[in-house]
Amino acid sequence: MFKFLVNPNKFNKFADITLKPLVIITLLTLIAGLILVYFSPLDYQQGLTVKIMYIHVPSAWLALLTYAIMTIYSIIGLAFKIPFSFIINKAIAPIGAVFTILCLFSGSMWGKPMWGTWWVWDARLTSVAILFILYLLIIFLNHTFENREVREKTIAIFILIGSINLPIIKFSVDWWNTLHQPASISKLSSPSIDISMLQPLLVMTVAFSLVGLIIAILRIKAEILMRKNYL
Amino acid sequence: MSLRFQRLILILTTLVMLGAALLLILFNTKQNIVFFYTPSELIENKITSGVKVRIGGYVKKSSIKKKSINSYEFKITDNKNEMLVFYYGILPDLFREGQGTVIEGSIIDQNTVNASKVYAKHDENYMPASIKKELEKNNQWKKEYK
Repeated sequence: MFKFLVNPNKFNKFADITLKPLVIITLLTLIAGLILVYFSPLDYQQGLTVKIMYIHVPSAWLALLTYAIMTIYSIIGLAFKIPFSFIINKAIAPIGAVFTILCLFSGSMWGKPMWGTWWVWDARLTSVAILFILYLLIIFLNHTFENREVREKTIAIFILIGSINLPIIKFSVDWWNTLHQPASISKLSSPSIDISMLQPLLVMTVAFSLVGLIIAILRIKAEILMRKNYL
Repeated sequence: MSLRFQRLILILTTLVMLGAALLLILFNTKQNIVFFYTPSELIENKITSGVKVRIGGYVKKSSIKKKSINSYEFKITDNKNEMLVFYYGILPDLFREGQGTVIEGSIIDQNTVNASKVYAKHDENYMPASIKKELEKNNQWKKEYK
């Protein structure tokens, strides 16, 4: 049933069926999310600035998720020798990079009025900056090595080594003193964010994920086509 | 055991080992990674004057004094120890009494710091302003919300 996740032909068929409904659902979710954000309440401390969170947090989550997906596909690709996983690695790396830069940029815009600084070198901000550099290096590595197999293996190993950064990003706010606030939602006790703000945040997260998914499907399809025609 | 599972195990062990090595390094260089010290940590370590540090804590209630335009004096506390801070500059929006803050500056003596930068630290609580009013009305507003 999930063959389309490892087989290019099955993936193409799956993509052809799902792409159109997916675009419609994405548009609806995005519009709903933006309306919810518009009518979401102002924060008792931050006032209007809290709305940056609805861009910042989804893009941060998706930056991490994209890398996690690449890590899983690198393991599958290296261990089970499935070439499709390398196609996915190549296709989604720029998506992750864009989400990371969105996260860094929106965070910076929030940090200036709230913290009083655009940027500090605390553990959370630095580890996310490293994530962005990792994405850039992965994109650059895609343009090195004439030999495709060598290139893909190198990238997969690089992704695996870089994946150690993921738990560091997640737990940096708990392990060390940071200026960045600790997690509000993914913690053991109930989320310390009011339900009226959590709803728009979750809808925006779904919308961002769907936008990422659509771009990913298009890029993967293009990559499959290119390999069929030129290799 | 098939070859592919041998490879899988090899990859996973390598990852775990690498991760463990990196975490060991990170935890042993903690002093370079923590963004700030608390006043208690500073006083314990008996840091000499003139050293540049970042100190994090809460702004003590009713300790902010405005001496002249852009010149402030306040106390930063971690509920055990406190330090007096002198600062000349613009304070961020979220800087207020009882709120978390991080200051950067040089130590004058055991209990006083000359701050060159003041950051406001935001906690992980998000709440609509209207709810705060409701809570205050019903005396349900908890101190820890700040």
